[in-house]
Amino acid sequence: MKRRSLLATAGAALATAPLARASAATVVGVTATEIKIGHTIPYSGPASAYGVIGQGHAAFFKRVNDKGGIAGRKINFISLDDGYAPPRTVEQVRRLVEQDQVAFLFNTLGTPNNTAIQKYVNQKKVPHIFLSTGADKWGDPEHFPWTIGWQPSYRTEAQIYAKYIMKNRPNAKVAVLYQNDDFGKDYITGFKDGFGAQYSKYVAKEFSFEVTDATIDSQAVSMQATGADVVLTAATPKFAAQMIRKISDMDWKPLHFLTNVSSSVGAVITPAGPERAVGIITSAYGKDPTDPTWANDAGMNEWRAFMKEYLPTGDLTDGGYVFSYGVCTTLMQVLKQCGDDFSRENVMKEAANLKNLTIPTLLPGITVGTSPTNYHPIRQMQLQKWTGKTWELFGEIIEGTGA
Amino acid sequence: MNPTLAWYFRRYFPWIFFVAAVVLPLLFASDYRLFQLTMVVVYAVAVLGLNLLTGFNGQVSLGNGAFYAIGAYVTAIMMDKWDVPYWATLPVSAVICAGVGFLIGLPALRLGGMYLALTTFALAVATPQLLKYKAFENYTGGVQGIVINKPDAPFGLPLSPDQWIYLFALAVGGLLFLAATNIVRGRIGRAMRAIRDQPTAAEAMGIDIALFKTRAFATSAMYTGIAGSLGAITIQFVAPDAFGVSISLTFFVGMVVGGGASIAGAIMGALFIQFIPNIADEISKAAPGAVYGLILIAFMFLLPGGLASLLRLFNRGRATPMAAVAAAGFTNLPKQAGVPDQLAPEIDNPRRPHAAAPVNRSASEPQ
Repeated sequence: MKRRSLLATAGAALATAPLARASAATVVGVTATEIKIGHTIPYSGPASAYGVIGQGHAAFFKRVNDKGGIAGRKINFISLDDGYAPPRTVEQVRRLVEQDQVAFLFNTLGTPNNTAIQKYVNQKKVPHIFLSTGADKWGDPEHFPWTIGWQPSYRTEAQIYAKYIMKNRPNAKVAVLYQNDDFGKDYITGFKDGFGAQYSKYVAKEFSFEVTDATIDSQAVSMQATGADVVLTAATPKFAAQMIRKISDMDWKPLHFLTNVSSSVGAVITPAGPERAVGIITSAYGKDPTDPTWANDAGMNEWRAFMKEYLPTGDLTDGGYVFSYGVCTTLMQVLKQCGDDFSRENVMKEAANLKNLTIPTLLPGITVGTSPTNYHPIRQMQLQKWTGKTWELFGEIIEGTGA
Repeated sequence: MNPTLAWYFRRYFPWIFFVAAVVLPLLFASDYRLFQLTMVVVYAVAVLGLNLLTGFNGQVSLGNGAFYAIGAYVTAIMMDKWDVPYWATLPVSAVICAGVGFLIGLPALRLGGMYLALTTFALAVATPQLLKYKAFENYTGGVQGIVINKPDAPFGLPLSPDQWIYLFALAVGGLLFLAATNIVRGRIGRAMRAIRDQPTAAEAMGIDIALFKTRAFATSAMYTGIAGSLGAITIQFVAPDAFGVSISLTFFVGMVVGGGASIAGAIMGALFIQFIPNIADEISKAAPGAVYGLILIAFMFLLPGGLASLLRLFNRGRATPMAAVAAAGFTNLPKQAGVPDQLAPEIDNPRRPHAAAPVNRSASEPQ
């Protein structure tokens, strides 16, 4: 008897649920004293180096709480380990949404991990904001209105290179080398946006390789044979280093664009040989904590003061902390704009309503902006050139062209 | 001896356990907990698959994650590309995985012990890259993976999708556990264990070692593949990076922690691999991996026979005819003389193969 009544209650609840959902704004995870925020990141496993971002977030929200919280509420930041495994991300996110009942998800990390949960969170209408991944697909408000990225996408980056080439090398002949996966293909898409109708005029040929390939030597030789004078290498660090070396060995001197992902001095430039890389162009949107340019920068000093007080043992050369500070600052602006209404609808509305926001850790001139049709918060970057010793920023801030 | 209530309880414990597993979560568990429990069922089937191969047959595999991946992808591709209903994908993935397992079992015949472990490990390492391979991209979705829809309860049953998937997985898992219990209890199971413990003697008894070993591989692959299919339906997403080496090692951990050569151990091993990582994460954000490692070490020290050895203590009161084992002709009794404490219940062999292997392996096998 008891079981039957339980089932009946469950049935009734199921039947009325859609009605209840349709009526008012959904306020979940928010009380008079607290806002619950959910987060997943690999604290363990192959990508555990990213774990520092989660530690940065926790410290940031501790400072917010120490200063009285937001709209009288403390932030309860629940950060869970997913070991970079999509099945565990699904499990942890379901825990956050269904059991912990968080108000929204913030900065969940990883492209496959976010792909695994994107459909679920959009069905549940849980804000899924400022993700930690550079894929372009997070800016798709038409199909996934509850998901929004943060950092410039690979596609935006390619648009920026295309813009620069059209302006400064109008007669260029470009050869593209791309990694045959989502990451590499985003650059092709971005080039197509950037060059538009003139794509075939500029781009001589595209060459692809597999991440499983041993080398890209044969592609490099074929690229030179096209007579191209500009090269874009959309590759992960290992192949980027090979490309720099091969171009230098062939005594070929094209203008070489390298993806932001492969701009690491330690992983790419040093193995390839710093002198071979002179003149290579890449782009940046955040301030590099190891760059002496920012030694006395107000924004970076603010970050360093925060680190000193809240993460005294944190490594000040680790870009993960700078990233964390930037994305948390963006979130605080959203929460501030929410006023006293932290319903899921309003959080999402304000996340898509950022206007010319400056962030202390982003390059001067780069602003964060979103709208209901623009889910790409950061769309500007600045180019930088390798001098033989360091990356040197040059030119002005360039904005991507596409939506 | 008059059967007492306790006797009946022990005799029918697996059935009582199964009924409780059906009823209690439906009444009391939230959808999120049901999701976790469904994953426990999935892992239990996978661990059982590995256990049939490694625990009962002594063929160490560190590559069962590959079969799990194949099962998951078969289901995902069929559901995504051809709109096949989820339940119809299970037999297909069972057949495909059994076939692949059989083929891999052939070269495995020539390899023993650590060499086989290493070869299967190579399979696990290769899996994610094969799944990303360009030629299959139209089907596998490349690095992007495939997102699939969650099935609703059929026939208008008043169940949430999570409740339904849980029951579905439980039904499939229950059948597979029943089948495995029958396999290892009977003639085939005795032959499998005989091959593990004394291959030379087993061959002398007329057991076709090649036949049994390849079929054990096929069965193990089939179980793991079905687990992969159920896992894909539950998680609604497959991607190459979810099927790396770690998933194979996870199954291995589940098998050892649960207890090698134990049917019930597979369930306990599955509970371990599902819940302990989350507990480790609760304890320390800075180093959950280290906490997990410590818990694992503690388990191995406190329960060297796996969690199933706890169950054996509980089972000791159960009337267990050793005669059945002895009658088969290749009893383990002489070797157990030193440990009279560990009487073998009919379905379980208390000696862990990896612990015993160095002592009992024939000299011809590479160590």
